[in-house]
Order: sequence, then structure tokens, then C-alpha cells
Amino acid sequence: MKAVIALLLMMAATADITPTLAAPTSSDAASAGVTAVADSFSNPATEARARNLQRQLRCLVCQGESIDESGSPFAADVRHLVREQIVDGKSDQQIENFLAARYGDFILMKPPLQPNTWLLWLAPFLVLVAGGSVGWFTVKKASRRST
Amino acid sequence: MTGELGQLALCFALALSLVMAASGLLGTRPASLAARRIASGSAMGLLVFVALAFGVLTYAFVTSDFSIIDVANNSHTLKPLIYKISGVWANHEGSMLLWVLVLSIYAALVAGLQRGGERLTSGALGVQGLLAAAFLLFIIFTSNPFLRLDPAPFEGAGLNPLLQDPGLAMHPPMLYAGYVGLSASFAYAAAALLVGEDGWTRAARPFMLVAWIALTCGIALGSWWAYYELGWGGFWFWDPVENASLMPWLIATALLHSALATEKSGAFRTWTLLLAIAGFSMSLIGTFLVRSGVLSSVHAFASDPTRGFFIMVLIALAIGGALALFAWRAPTLQGGAAFEIQSRESMLLLNNVFLVAACACVFVGTLYPLVLDAINGTKISVGPPYFALTFAPIFFALLLLVPLGPQLNWKRGDLKAAWRSLYPALGLAGIAALTVLALVSPRSVSATGAFAVAGWLIGASILDIRKRKGARASAFAAALAHAGLGISLMGVAGTTLWRSEALSVLAPGQTMTVGPYTLRFDGVTREKGPNYIADRGHIALMDGDKVSTTLLPEHRFYPAEGQDMNDTAIRTTGWRDLYLALGDDRGGGRFTLRAYVSPLAPLIWLGGLVMALGGFLSLWGRLRVKEAEPKPAAPAAALAAE
Repeated sequence: MKAVIALLLMMAATADITPTLAAPTSSDAASAGVTAVADSFSNPATEARARNLQRQLRCLVCQGESIDESGSPFAADVRHLVREQIVDGKSDQQIENFLAARYGDFILMKPPLQPNTWLLWLAPFLVLVAGGSVGWFTVKKASRRST
Repeated sequence: MTGELGQLALCFALALSLVMAASGLLGTRPASLAARRIASGSAMGLLVFVALAFGVLTYAFVTSDFSIIDVANNSHTLKPLIYKISGVWANHEGSMLLWVLVLSIYAALVAGLQRGGERLTSGALGVQGLLAAAFLLFIIFTSNPFLRLDPAPFEGAGLNPLLQDPGLAMHPPMLYAGYVGLSASFAYAAAALLVGEDGWTRAARPFMLVAWIALTCGIALGSWWAYYELGWGGFWFWDPVENASLMPWLIATALLHSALATEKSGAFRTWTLLLAIAGFSMSLIGTFLVRSGVLSSVHAFASDPTRGFFIMVLIALAIGGALALFAWRAPTLQGGAAFEIQSRESMLLLNNVFLVAACACVFVGTLYPLVLDAINGTKISVGPPYFALTFAPIFFALLLLVPLGPQLNWKRGDLKAAWRSLYPALGLAGIAALTVLALVSPRSVSATGAFAVAGWLIGASILDIRKRKGARASAFAAALAHAGLGISLMGVAGTTLWRSEALSVLAPGQTMTVGPYTLRFDGVTREKGPNYIADRGHIALMDGDKVSTTLLPEHRFYPAEGQDMNDTAIRTTGWRDLYLALGDDRGGGRFTLRAYVSPLAPLIWLGGLVMALGGFLSLWGRLRVKEAEPKPAAPAAALAAE
């Protein structure tokens, strides 16, 4: 039982790995960005939030990179949009919804949970449960033979 | 002339592979001694001719023979020799030839070593012959590296500068040694199904180990390359090409563990066969993903589908054929080992459940967007956040269980006693967690958890090594491999959770700080490389007022290819990397400078190396005791060795 609780705790713990990726050390770091993101937030918490959001978005013109990393003009525009929306007091979810409505779900690094992605999100855990059940029956059978 | 020699060698190789396939499969009949001899002989011949073809292509690249299309498209006279050679496999045609070369090396080893029974070896050679024939057909008809170009150009188009790097020169051969190494296990498994012979796991074990070691090194090498070459300080991007190499590794890891149980106690016979088939299937799917062009866009794939369809048919035949054979023959294998719920076997089974689920994550995450796009044009991206929510918890749970396995006996173990014997490891986990909590702010659950698990893994490995004091070196293989996991985990956690970064536009003489470091920008010089022009930044790492060292990140431009790229400067203390990338020229001598401090980053690759070393120890032990233990039922000494 202890192991189960520990396992659940760990699952919860690992879930936040990406969002906490590399918080910027100083708020002037982003202000000198490769592209013209002049509007960096002086409040470190808000800046961290913006950077975090930018990492959750895919640059549509350079494929592999996130909006945060990409040096493309498109990424600069989206960074600007994100920051505008933050100033307008929108929540992270609202900002992501806004961008997904404008550019399609492709822009979200984390695919939304909706009918056409249910299988995507559930498949690994279905395999885990199915494998676990088959495994359990195998072990039960082997232990019956053993006694 | 040389091109035609290569072409001819390929044709001979194709003929020999067909002979090898037919005679190898015929040789599975008890009386067909002659067929078995022919199969072995043609395996050697296959290697000779494929090596000849590969040598010819290498010669064409080294001598810049631009009358061959492949060379003209991918090479350049000014390229340094090492990149002329690595250019052979840095393109589609050449890399497929490398694939077949590796396949024929493994076939020659199977024929030369003659591990397992005669009929089993013959069947394995037959299957390898079929695979070689399929890939040779693919090369000759859709990806021929020896096609001519008339008139020949004076200069070649060059090679993507990203690939002109020592790390990436070695990466593909290493990865292919792993990918294709799984074909040997696949061939043995298929042969075991045909012949109905047990003990194939024992014959195939060295091949599984070699494949696993090569995959481990290949993935580590690729990730290291991405780290220092791409200029973002990241080490893993969940890019489909990376995922394509991770999937076979996960299955190969599961296979190593499951095959051990099959060999030692006869458990999971059919499952191990299925894993051997699945492992190579993942290699094939990986090849398809990388080679068909389906990744860049489903539509790009559809516009020139010849290669993609050929590989798809090949995959369908290989996987479908093997699964059909499995469905037909597996029920005839006598199964049903006896072991208790608390036993090494149960733990290995659990290991397999988690590894397969982890592989399912990567598989679904990689292929789902492609399938969705192909079905109705819906575009979604599956990026790092998806894997952080699915792969990470599953793999983390697996890591928690790792230390328990080696503490349990085969057949009948005692979980309570195992748990009790691990108390010191638990103590080390606690110390690691408390240290992180005490020393690092802000406090984070992820970091604390990751270091606790790393302490748990490393502590358990130390206990395991102490317990086996005085045993043969190979007895420490598992302990080392498991400790490697812990070491890598610390590196991954340190880099992702504690990285600091800074980005500034600096004029000469200005300074910036990143983490504990102060950097002074001393301007940029223009340097000329063999085939590039570089802006070399001179960045002084300050120690008070003194300059302690100068780092030289470069921004290179390759005129032949018309591309530019970063050459990062990394200064490592072993515990912490200072990572510099020179950005754009902002005019007036001012440049953008990106700096990262990645704590513990080197541990990621050190852990990979330690894992591979564990594999080597096991392999070494295997090859040494080969003659000593002819019986399939291994004596107690070999049990302890694992």
C-alpha cells in the first residue's frame, strides 16, 4: 500500500517537470531577446508565466522549436500576442484557447483532451492496465503451479 | 568504372542473399546438412560483396567522384576527410547501404559463431537472408547510391553543416549497430519458432547485448550532439527522429530482462519471442519514419511515395510474417514455468509491463499526429508536455521498482527480506532528498523526488555490488546498468529543473552574469575554417577582475551549402556546464549572447556510459563462459552472474 501511495505521489510530482523548466534568472534576460520582444515584464512571476506559456506553443514555421526558442518573425508575433493577453488579464487557459482558435490545435505542444485525442491520452495507461492484468493472471497461474 | 563495380557487387549480394534465405530455411530440416553449409558460406559471401559495395561508395566520396549523383548531391571537395567519409551515410542511399552492411556483419557473426543448435543457426541465417534480400531490393530499385550523373559537375552540393560534426559522424553507425542488431534476435526468434527449439535466448543473448549497448551509446551520442550543436542547451526534444531510436531501446531493454527469465527459469517463453519480434519491428518502424519523409509532412510523403510504400510493404511482410509464424507455432511451445508471486520472475514481468507501456507512450505520441493528419487532415502537435504527463510517470514508477528485482531470488523470493535488505538504499534516498531540500531553493517536489529515486537506485546498486564481492566481473553488470539509470536521472533533473539562462546584446567590453558566472564580451574575430567562415566570439570568464579563461563560441557560415549554424562553447567542471552560444550580429560590433548554466548536465551522458559499461561486462562474461556451460540449464554460478 505504501508503495502505491508513493507511486501516486511520484506521478503527481513528475507531472510538473515541464512547466517548471528553467525559470529565467533575471528579468532583463528576455528583454534583450533575439527578436523584438520589447515588452518584458518587470515582475519576475509574470515574466516566468509568459516564458512558460511560450514554451507550451509550437512555432508553426520552424516545426521543431517552441515559440520561446524560435527566432522567426512568426514566433516574435506570437510572443507579443501572449504578452498582450497577459496584460489584458487573461488566464493561461484563455490564452491557449485564443491561440488555438486562431492558428489551430497544431500550435499547442500539449494536445487538448477532446474526442479525437482520447485515444492518444489514454492509450499508454490502457496498455499499462492491460499489461498489468495479463501479468497478474500469469503470475497467479505460475504460483498455482509452484505450490 | 568504380560506380559500376559497386552496382555489380550489390547485384551479387542480392543473389547471395536469396541463396542464403533459401538454403538457410531448407537447412532447418534435420537431414539438410549441405543446405546449412551453403547458408553459412553465402552469409560470408554476402558480407564480402556488401562490404565491397560500401567500400566503392566510400572511395567515391573520398575522391569526390561527382559523376555519381549521390556524391554530387552530398559532398564537396573542400570538406575535411572525416566528413567526406561520414558523408557516405549522412544521406538516404548511403545510410541504407550502411544498414545492409551492418545486417550482413551480424549474419556473418551468426554463421561464424554457430551459437545454439545447427538447425536454429540455419533458420536464423535464412531469416537474415530474407531481410538482406528485401533491403537490397529496396536499395537497387528505389535508393541506388551508384546512379550516374552526366555531365558530372565540377563541384558537389555539400553536406548539411549540422551533420559536419564528429559526434554525428559516429552516431548513425552506432545507432544502426543497435537497430540492426535487433534483427539477429528477431532471426533467432523466428528460427526458434520454425525449429521449435528452446535455448534460443542463450544463443541470441550476445546479439541482444550488443544491440542494446549500441542503442544506448547511439542514443546518448545523439542527445549529446543535440545538446552542444543545436544551441538551446536542451538534451532531448521528443522529436520523432529521437523517438524512433528510443522505442527499440525500450523494447530491447524489456527483451534483455525477459530473455533472462526465459533462460534461467523457463518463464515467459512465448512473451520473449514476441518481444524479439517487437524489438526489430520498432527498428523497422523507426527506419520507416526517418527514411520515408513521412515526418516532414504526410503530403510530402504522398507526393513521392515509392520509397515509403516499399518500406511499408517490407514492414508489413516482416512483422506480419513473423506474427503469423508466432500465432501458428507459439501454441506448440510448452510453457508454464512455476514461480511464486514473490520472485525475481514477477519483478521482471513488472519491469516488462512498465517498459512496454513506456514504449506505447512514445509510439502513440509519435504516430498519432501522423495518423490523424492522414485520416482527415486534422493537425495536432504532440510535444514535450504530453510525454511529461504520460512517459515520465510510467518510467518513474519503473525506476522505483528497479532495486527490488535483484534482491529477490528466482522461483521463490521474500519481498519483506528484500525490502529490509534495501534499508541502506532507502537511507541514501532520504539523505539525497534532504540534501536537495536543504541546499536548493526554491524547493521543488520534482527535484526532491528525482534525487530520492536516484539515491535509491545508486544505493541499491552499491548494496548489490557489496553482496557479490569477489564474484566475476560480469556479476556486477546489472548493478552498474541500474546505477547508470540513477546517474542519468540526476543529470536530467539537474538540467531541466535548475538550469539558469541569460540572454544579452553586448558591445565589446560589456559584461553579463549567468548563474554564478560573470562574462565579459571581448568582441568578435572573423575566422576562416576549411569550408566555412566563422564569427568567433571571445568571451572572458571573469574571476573578480582577472580573466580566468576565454571561451570561443562561433557562429559559422558554410558558403557551399548556404547555411549557417552555431558552434557552442561549453566549459564543464564535471558537475556543472557553462554553455555559450553566439547569436546574431546586431551591428556596431554588438552581438547577442546566450548563456546557460546547466547543473549536473554531464551526468546525463555519464549515466549512459555506465549503463553501456554494465552491458559490456555482461557480454564479456557471456563470451568467456561460452564453452564452459554447454547445458541449457545453467548452474548456480551463472545464476549469480546475472
